[in-house]
Order: sequence, then structure tokens, then C-alpha cells
Amino acid sequence: MRCRSPEVYKRERELRNVLKTGAEIIWECLERQGVKVVFGYPGGAILPTYDAMTRYSVHHVLVRHEQGGTHMADGFARAGGGVGVAIATSGPGATNMVTGIATAMLDSSPIVCITGQVGSKLIGSDAFQETDITGITLPITKHNYLVTRAQDIAPSLREAFHIAASGRPGPVLVDITKDAQNSTCEFDWDAAAPKVRRMEPVHFPKPDALEKALALINEAQRPVILAGHGIILSGAMQEAMKFAEKASIPVAETLLGLGGFPASHPLSLGMMGMHGEAWVNTAIQESDLLLAFGMRFDDRVTGNLKTYAPTAKKIHIEIDPAEINKNVRVDIPLIGDLREILQHLIPGVKQTDRGAWLAYIDSLKTDSAVRDIQNLPDSGHLYAAHVIHDLWRATHGDAVVVTDVGQHQMWEAQYYHHEKPRTLITSGGLGTMGFALPAAIGAKFARPDAEVWVVAGDGGFQMTMPELATIVQEKIAIKIAIINNGYLGMVRQWQQFFYDGRYASTPIISPDFAKLAEAFGIQGMSVRTRAEVGPALEAARNNPGPALIDFHVEQEDSVYPMVPAGADLHNMIRRPNPLVEKGSDV
Amino acid sequence: MSESEKLHIFVLYVENQPGVLNRVASLFRRRAYNIESLAVGHTERPGISRMTIVAGISEGAAQRVEANLYKLVNVLSVEDVTHISTIARSVALIKVEAPEESRHRLMEIARVFRARVVDLAPNSMIIEITGTEEKIRALEDLLHPFGILEMVRTGQVVMTRGVKRARARQGETLSTDPGDSDVSHSV
Repeated sequence: MRCRSPEVYKRERELRNVLKTGAEIIWECLERQGVKVVFGYPGGAILPTYDAMTRYSVHHVLVRHEQGGTHMADGFARAGGGVGVAIATSGPGATNMVTGIATAMLDSSPIVCITGQVGSKLIGSDAFQETDITGITLPITKHNYLVTRAQDIAPSLREAFHIAASGRPGPVLVDITKDAQNSTCEFDWDAAAPKVRRMEPVHFPKPDALEKALALINEAQRPVILAGHGIILSGAMQEAMKFAEKASIPVAETLLGLGGFPASHPLSLGMMGMHGEAWVNTAIQESDLLLAFGMRFDDRVTGNLKTYAPTAKKIHIEIDPAEINKNVRVDIPLIGDLREILQHLIPGVKQTDRGAWLAYIDSLKTDSAVRDIQNLPDSGHLYAAHVIHDLWRATHGDAVVVTDVGQHQMWEAQYYHHEKPRTLITSGGLGTMGFALPAAIGAKFARPDAEVWVVAGDGGFQMTMPELATIVQEKIAIKIAIINNGYLGMVRQWQQFFYDGRYASTPIISPDFAKLAEAFGIQGMSVRTRAEVGPALEAARNNPGPALIDFHVEQEDSVYPMVPAGADLHNMIRRPNPLVEKGSDV
Repeated sequence: MSESEKLHIFVLYVENQPGVLNRVASLFRRRAYNIESLAVGHTERPGISRMTIVAGISEGAAQRVEANLYKLVNVLSVEDVTHISTIARSVALIKVEAPEESRHRLMEIARVFRARVVDLAPNSMIIEITGTEEKIRALEDLLHPFGILEMVRTGQVVMTRGVKRARARQGETLSTDPGDSDVSHSV
């Protein structure tokens, strides 16, 4: 409850001396960083900061669990392109953030986490709710700070925002002791500017490296562009398209690269890797030049490294030098900002006719099409692929879809065709179940006008579903599609393929999600047949508030194709072709 | 160390702040690389410390460690000086059994190694030696039969030869003529 309007307080603040408490400095800094919303949970060691909060304009979203807070900050950053902010208290508040921080780290998402810490004199004494959170998060942050004095708050926070967003983005944690929040010091925003302590590693390739790269590109007969998250992070969508179009090079996307290149573009192949379409992986394996645009040759993308694209030369355009030659030896590394490098390369790229190569890849698609679940005769069962396809159609491919982790995530990637960047938000690197719902809340705050859909499994959704209350408290209109198959589906699939079908602890009981939604004050629906899908989606879309649909889908369907972990990329398990093969899966 | 692994020497300039050593060491720990020796101290510039880290790792791993070390915010520069001509020194204090009858021979050995006797007790002495790893090991081997009671070693400190100095900051490298004429040799 606010007693006075923020305007009145603002004037009062200006009249007062420049002496401020550490807690006030935190909000001053957040305001001046342009932060409009933070996701947090109060507690003892952060109380001074919460007490000061009411006098500032930043909107605070009360989360239901600090993990949710970090995912919201992450979703906010991914959907809007800014820096997300999460706040928690010391001890359990801080440790609950760990999963969210690691998620942001693995997917290069810029977030700043502020944690309260016990008084500086109590540090190291096992005080109540004391934990060494800077020690714990050291390997999963880009950088972190332990701040014990009020005068260090502004410089640390400004630097934190700078580090989170610059270069290859990532999470930064600022741990601030209670006495630092309580004590006062002079606040000088300008003096707290991030210091250039080292020459910023602004890399750009040497001209001869660019020349060599161009020679390889112009000579290549069967090139493929591997479009990664870097396209979106560097804002290189236009450049990537120009490059691909000029040279007629097909584009395969990583999971996090989806949306960086329009799915409907004739040169777009679709997702590569473990659950990539067969023609995409075959094209990569048979290519003579791979152009990696801001991606890191993750094991889920390459399969067996020894047999990965054996005939291809590799050009790796990447901002993080530590990624070069990490997994795949490359012929030409071009270190720097993808967008700038592409701008330099495009004029030297020759218009080349690669019709034969493109036609060959096209010919590979026929076999996949007959195996596609969409083209199989209607068995009366509801398949997840149908749901995702209908969702794509209903939303005209325009929604921001936030997925959880598992089978539904892969089906989303296969059947929801993303045309624009930042319309698919998913935990790729860490594979964090429970990510979707909180991340969608963050995404909705970043893009309030967008239609935001959660696509989650029945397992992952139960990990963070208390955040339904956050949606209601914040009155935000998020739509939720639960792909409910009664199993931890992806794990069940692995058990089916690799553990002789022993379903150890993968069958999972769920509450009636529709009723549960109603209990939270959210419209809830259950769908069991294909015919009900469209009307339910329309009802959810027409509801000005939040809505949840529980889709009961085929229980033991699997994601195809699948490259088993560590197998050769071209050795895929395919969905049985009904025209040639009989019997059940595999 | 496996066959592909060899001792790599990294020279780092870092900010002299709490936790920096932890951040650096953590990069090695995470990958289960063992640090063979580590030396940290102030430099000619206030607020900046220099680390010399020796670790047994493969060539590829060394490249990645270097790149990842550089990503640490508190690390100002990193250089793998393994393949560069350098002077490397460490110090050892060796306390050895020295009854009167062997004292003379021990002092003779110390003289040959240009080591110093820094403490003499009725039945023991402490020998201080500065030198390369090989030299210290050789002395250790010779002293072993007399009975080594205690030994303490510093980590290696390493400096590149000639005008070139390890990069203080990127882009601040002084003249680096590979065929430097003022390259000297161990004496």
C-alpha cells in the first residue's frame, strides 16, 4: 500500500541531501538502468531494500518461488531483448535461484540477480539464512559480486548490467549485505560508471581471414548455414537472410536459433540435431562447407563428433573465443559480432547457382513427409503434433511460445513454424523442466501486447505451477497448453528405445489441470479429441484473461526422427513408414 | 598426466581482489585439471597481481583454458608461455640431517649448486636454493641419502626473456622481435 504518490516522493527525494541508504541506491540504479519491472520474493536480509521499494516507480512482481523469479527475468530478457532482474533474500532465497541462473548461463541470457546477504560482520558465522551464494554461483554466472559497503552498490550494479548485456550475454549476481543496504553514503551515478579495467575484448577478424572465408564460401558446392542463437542475440536476421539469399545457401537452425531465420523462407531447412528432420541432418552430413553463425556445436546438434560432417570445411563465426575448436575443429574461425562480420562478408559473396544442391535436399523431404504424423490416417487419437499444428494455425504463427522441456518442446520446434526472432523461448542448454510458466510471465511483461502461449508437459508443468497464482495476482493474460500424456514422455521414450521399455518412474499422475486452473481463478478446459482442439484454442484466445487447456494426447507417442545421444548424425531412428513398414515404433 | 598432456605455464595479470584466486582455480577444478604449482604476488603496478600457474594438460585443453581464463572479469590478461623462451625459478628450503661428520659434504654440495646454508643446528641444517625445477630436483636427489627432514617449495615464477614482457594488457605488448638478439642463456 502506498501512502503517497511516487511523484510526491520523487520531489521529496530531490530536496533531500544526496545521502542515500544502500537500499535506496539499489532502486535509484534500477530506475536509471531503465528497469520497469523486477521479479522477486522478500525476506529478512533483503527487507531494507523492499522497504525502500515503495518509494520508487519500479514494478515488483511477487513470485511464488525464487526459481520462478529467475526464469521470469530470463523470459523477460529473451522476449524483449533487455536485461531481466530478479531479487531474493539470502540463504534459501538465493539458493532457489541457482537453477534459473544456470539456465540463463547456458542459453546466454542477460539477467541481473540481486540477493540480500546477512550483515557483513556475520558472514562466515553460519548465521540464520546465511549461505555463500557468490561461491555457489561462481561457475554459473558471467560474474558475481559480494557487496559489503553502501558506496560499492552503485558501481557493482552498473557494472553488473554492463557485463550481463555485453559480448556474449549471461547472468550476473550481486549479493548485498544487510548493513550495506542500511548504511548511507553519497550517491553519485556518474562516478559509478563501469570502469574500463581492461581493454574490452572487441574482436574482429583480420582481413585475410575474411578473404579466406569468402574463397571457401564462393567455391563451395554443397554449403549449409547453421543458424544459432547468435543471430538473434546480435540482431543479424536481415544480414543472415541477405547472405543466404545472395549465395543461395540453405539454412538449418539450432533449437535456440528458431525464429532467427523465417521458417517459411524457401532456403529454411528447419531444426538440426537430435530431433531435427532427416533431410536437415543428411544435408549437414553431406555438405562440403558448414557456416556456423553464432552457435556452439552442442552435442545435441552434432551427434558423434568423429563422424560429424566429415567432408565439410567449417567456418565458425562466433563472439566468444572460448567456443572456437571446443567441440568441432574449424578451418576458419571468425571471432566477433555476427552482424558486423556478415556485413563485411556480404559484398564479397558471389551470387552462385546452387540449384542442384537445393533440389537434392528437397528430394530428401518426400520420404519424411510420408512418415509425418500429420499425414497418417486419422486413428481417432489426439497427437501432440496435431495440437501444436492447430495452435500454430490458430495463432497465425505470430504468438510468443514459451516451452518447457521434453517431448512437447521438440514437437513445438517441429510443428510451430517461427517466422520472427524471440517468438520461441525455451531452455535449450540446461534443459530446465519447469521453465515455461515462469518464463512466459517474464515474456508477457516484456511484450504485453503479444499473445503469449505456454506449451508444457504434464511433468514439467507441475514443477512450477504455483506461479499460476502470480499470473492471477498480476492480472496477465497468458494462455497455457498442457500436453498431457501421463508420462515423463521424453524419459519414457529413452526407456522405450534404450532400456527395453522398462518404464521406471515415468508414469506420472497429474491433478485435473482444468479444475486446478479454476481453483486459481483461471479458465480451465480439457480436450481429448482432435475436433475439440480448435474450439478450445478459440475459447482461450477469446478470453481476455488467462486460460489453460489440458490436452490429453496419445500416451506412448515418440519424437521422430531421433539421433541417439552420441550416435552419428545420419543414423536416425525414424517414425515407421506406414507404406513400407509395419508394427509399432522402431 | 596422460601422454598427450604436458606441463603448460600460464602467466596471468589479475585484479588484486578477494575471490579472484578462487575464480581462476575454479576453471581448472571444473575440468579436473591438477594445478602443479601456483605463484601469486604483487606487480610493479598497484592493485594488479601476477599469477604463474603450471598445470599438466593437453594442447587443446590449454587453448581452451586460456580462452576461458580471459573471460573472467577480474583477469586482465592471460598468456600461455609454454612455447616461449622464458626464465623460470622457484625457491626451496630443505632441512636435512647434518651430524658433524656429514656437515662438510653437505656444504660442499650446496656450494656446487650455489645454494646457501641459512640455518645450522647441532644435528640439522637448512639449505636454501633458487633455480629451475630440474636444478632443485637434482639437489633434492643428492641430499636424499643424508636424510631430508622437511622441505618447502614455492611455485614457479616465470618471465619471458628479452624486451618482451608478458602482456600487461591486450594491445600493450612491447616490441616482440622473435629473433631477439638480447636473448640470454641460463648461467
